[in-house]
Amino acid sequence: MIVMPTLAVFLQQFCNALLLGSLFALVSVGYTMVYGILRLINFAHCDIFMMAMYIAYNLIAVALLPWYVAFIIVIIATALLGIVVEKVAYAPLRKQNAPKISMLISAIGVSYFLENLATVVFTGRPKTFPQIDLFVAGLTIGPVKTLRLCIIVPVVTAVIMVLLLLLINHTKSGMAMRAISKDLDTSKLMGINVNKTISFTFGVGSAIAAVGAILWGLKYNQITPTLGIMPGFKCFIAAVIGGIGNVKGAVIGGLLLGFIEIMAVTFIPSLTGYKDVFSFILLIVILLYKPNGILGEKIAEKV
Amino acid sequence: MKKALALTLSAVLTASLALSGCGGSGSEAETTDDSTAEATEADASSSDNVIKIGVLEPITGSYAAGGAIEIEGIEIAHDERPTVTLDGTEYTVELVQADNKSDKVESATAAQRLIENDNVTAIIGSYSSVPSVGASEAIKEGETPAVGVSCTNPLVTEGNDWYFRVCFIDPYQGTVMAHYAYEELGAKTVGVAYDVASDYSTGLAQYFMEEFKALTGDDASIIEATYQTGDQDFSAQITNLAAAEPDCFFVPGNYTECALLIKQARQLGVELPMLGGDTWEINDFLEVGGSEVEGVVFSTFFDSNAELSSKTGEFVANYREANGTEPAGVTALAYDAYMLICDALESCGSTDRATLRDAIAASEYDGVTGLTAFDENGDPSKPAVIKIVNTADQTFDYVTTISVE
Amino acid sequence: MKKSKLNNILSAISLVILVVLIVGIQQFGLFGINTYVIGVIKLCCIYAICALSMNIVNGLTGMFSLGQPGFMALGAYTTGLLTVSAQDKIEIYKIKPIVGWLANLNAPFFIALIAGGIVAAFAAFLIGFPVLRLKGDYLAIASLGFSEIIRIFIQNGQSVTNGTTGLIRIPGHVNLYVAFGALALVVIFMVLLINSTYGRAFKAIREDEIAAEAMGINLFKHKMFSFIISGFIAGIGGGLLASHLGAISPDVFKFTLAYEILLMVVLGGQGSISGSIVGAFIVRAALEWLRIVDNPIKLGPINYPGISGMRMVVFSVVLMFIILFWSRGIFGSEEFSFDRIFRFFKSKKSAREGKVNG
Repeated sequence: MIVMPTLAVFLQQFCNALLLGSLFALVSVGYTMVYGILRLINFAHCDIFMMAMYIAYNLIAVALLPWYVAFIIVIIATALLGIVVEKVAYAPLRKQNAPKISMLISAIGVSYFLENLATVVFTGRPKTFPQIDLFVAGLTIGPVKTLRLCIIVPVVTAVIMVLLLLLINHTKSGMAMRAISKDLDTSKLMGINVNKTISFTFGVGSAIAAVGAILWGLKYNQITPTLGIMPGFKCFIAAVIGGIGNVKGAVIGGLLLGFIEIMAVTFIPSLTGYKDVFSFILLIVILLYKPNGILGEKIAEKV
Repeated sequence: MKKALALTLSAVLTASLALSGCGGSGSEAETTDDSTAEATEADASSSDNVIKIGVLEPITGSYAAGGAIEIEGIEIAHDERPTVTLDGTEYTVELVQADNKSDKVESATAAQRLIENDNVTAIIGSYSSVPSVGASEAIKEGETPAVGVSCTNPLVTEGNDWYFRVCFIDPYQGTVMAHYAYEELGAKTVGVAYDVASDYSTGLAQYFMEEFKALTGDDASIIEATYQTGDQDFSAQITNLAAAEPDCFFVPGNYTECALLIKQARQLGVELPMLGGDTWEINDFLEVGGSEVEGVVFSTFFDSNAELSSKTGEFVANYREANGTEPAGVTALAYDAYMLICDALESCGSTDRATLRDAIAASEYDGVTGLTAFDENGDPSKPAVIKIVNTADQTFDYVTTISVE
Repeated sequence: MKKSKLNNILSAISLVILVVLIVGIQQFGLFGINTYVIGVIKLCCIYAICALSMNIVNGLTGMFSLGQPGFMALGAYTTGLLTVSAQDKIEIYKIKPIVGWLANLNAPFFIALIAGGIVAAFAAFLIGFPVLRLKGDYLAIASLGFSEIIRIFIQNGQSVTNGTTGLIRIPGHVNLYVAFGALALVVIFMVLLINSTYGRAFKAIREDEIAAEAMGINLFKHKMFSFIISGFIAGIGGGLLASHLGAISPDVFKFTLAYEILLMVVLGGQGSISGSIVGAFIVRAALEWLRIVDNPIKLGPINYPGISGMRMVVFSVVLMFIILFWSRGIFGSEEFSFDRIFRFFKSKKSAREGKVNG
């Protein structure tokens, strides 16, 4: 049942896994940030990710903006979208002191809404994400054939992770975020502007989702309204595996999940149909034996 | 306890009353809708002289793109032939659309709605076998003749006397492609990647693999890999398949996944010929696939150059003139499905569903996609057209026509 | 709370009217209600059963589980496999032939339905061991994960489940009597359950786990029991769905189904039996009714062109409004009663009567 690949195949798969894993990692970070601060699974995150892709498509392919201008606008617009979602769907419930399950259902509602809205506005027909040669040109390293993205994505992921850790640990807003994640009510008493900080977190999380969406779109250049669901689900799993609420954990979880998916297919090709089962089982095992994820509670930079 | 039971059941009552209220107002809206539609028609036509044909297609969901081009074909046919004459009386044909949301459950309700609420005489649709299989039972129970357009799964019509289709079926298509790979390409081994979450893809792959193994007499001539609808990364499967060094790839499936798969294969340096099925014949496939899908080959129902019948040329010319592009295969099929129903209506001279069913079953309709005559399951036997993708001109070029017994 | 005499009389009358209506519609085609509307009503009943099954775990015991699609799938497939005739089974298994012993395995519909429930309950028992040790949204995600695992296994088990093609030609045994009968049985069972020691223990766990444990309630045992019952009822719901649709496949039981059922439970009010039923009816009926916004509408000078897919947008907007401004749902955790309606009218006049009746 287990097939041993040749070295060339293994290296190729390693590269494939690195690329997929880094993309998962980028999206996971957004989940982790929101969960860390609100203890809320932001089901709408994957749809914000999807919307970012549509925005990028419309700016580059329809409005014909140069890609670097477009990317900046996409990141800003997506951050705003994230903030709006928070203001409309979560903030009112927080004010009512509604039970957590209401927040979760509201998240599902937003997710549903964004998907259906995209279906009506952009139709169900897939759109093609513009191909920018600078990123998607081929790259051959020894026996391995891949795209420049294979190098760009891990680098971008690492840079974003470092910047984020700096933001959380060494700035005032970061301090506020950490305080809120420890105790929301006490933070209020300490004079922290909770609403502003939560908005800011959503903005940052969504902006990172936008970066992820752009890179995802460059690699898998097809956009549909339901595109976010599967990556969303997997990246949530990745965030939990790494230790939800923990930025480094999300990155590790994302990479791990990417490697598991690819390597499962490499070594046990007969079980390819059960690929997603591996991720779910890993999730459940982690939840049972290490409910706080790989990086656990001890690390201080819980957002 | 009794009280509690009573009160919960009375809750059911209120709810069902509310529901029937909703249903009632729904049908009211429907009738006013109809009357306005008729008012815009010629004043003479009373509601007695209208024949409704249901269009059961995916307007939303994952098959929405295919649904759209089928509806296009039906509408072209409807514009061309808005009335039918039964026994000297002219009837206006009215199309009633119902969205099956690319989903089995929704498709069953949508079909029921067409049959019961809209009182359609016949149904056209659907794109893809998934919603068609879902609607099959409702169509059988509702005793309404239905003509499928491009649902190629054998189970759609099998054991259902009311369901017909104007396209060939998957066992046939799989066989054709196996012959093409073996005879035309001279392939000895094939890497097959299919979608385990799609009956279309699994079925087509299965029939292909059976036939190909029979042709080569070698079970090792097939290397398999699977993926799932909605997957976006196929790099692991492609790397595995390529490592076995086959002569070509057969990747049947929905064009959304296939375009990505082929693209990733080319990016991973796999330059082997790629073969596929009828769903690829859509512009979105070219758009998503980009330059990487150059030269891929697939089987389909129709081509402007295939001269499947005397009507082909005229249809293609009209379409070109109106749209400036070539018609898609399923557009032509949908056109045929509508025309076939109209012909059957005129030949039996009745709007009775059972009579119409018999007329359809007996019909030998020579349409733009060739001669349609049904076997006992309600499937026609039509030749398959092989086409190749030309990315420079953004076209699907005709290669050959294959008929296999 | 104490019910007035008037309430009891009205409840009894409406029960009688309901029975008369069901018999009238099923037997004599009352009001010219056609198969389409009957089909929607049956679907409403089936979804109501599934919503009730979720309500046992979520509303009554206060756990947050989203495993319903998996249990429904197991119930649906068991019922389907036991009722499709041997001949049909051989014909529809195109990719790989059906495993021998399964082909000739057949049972009458009601036994098949119960078997479906039992299989689902057993799965709930197995899944319960790991999953019920988790809490809150972790439990939600883990149960959703298991539900997906069940679906993936069904999808890949060609020779047992017919893979992605699924089962077709499932004989339709569900008429209005069966649908309402099953719903009534589930309701009676739940009422009995709520008033039993188990029911009280469930509620105690919902209100405060630690306090409940301190009072000597075995947390794990009771959670497990609640989970198994929920699985059983969901399995029955799945079996009914299979028989009603006549064709099932793995994609019917995607995790989005869990969201849909959750919405019904929340709309009706968590912990309320009548709430779940009303929620299920409203959501299903609204989804059907909203089809009109997909089609062109002419209202005097306003000419709305009809946008396909619009109904889902309207639906999700309505849903958001309900969640945001009415988060306890229609009944909260209480039950429907005429007294409540009277009180409602007394306090708020008739301004908002539409909402109570949906």
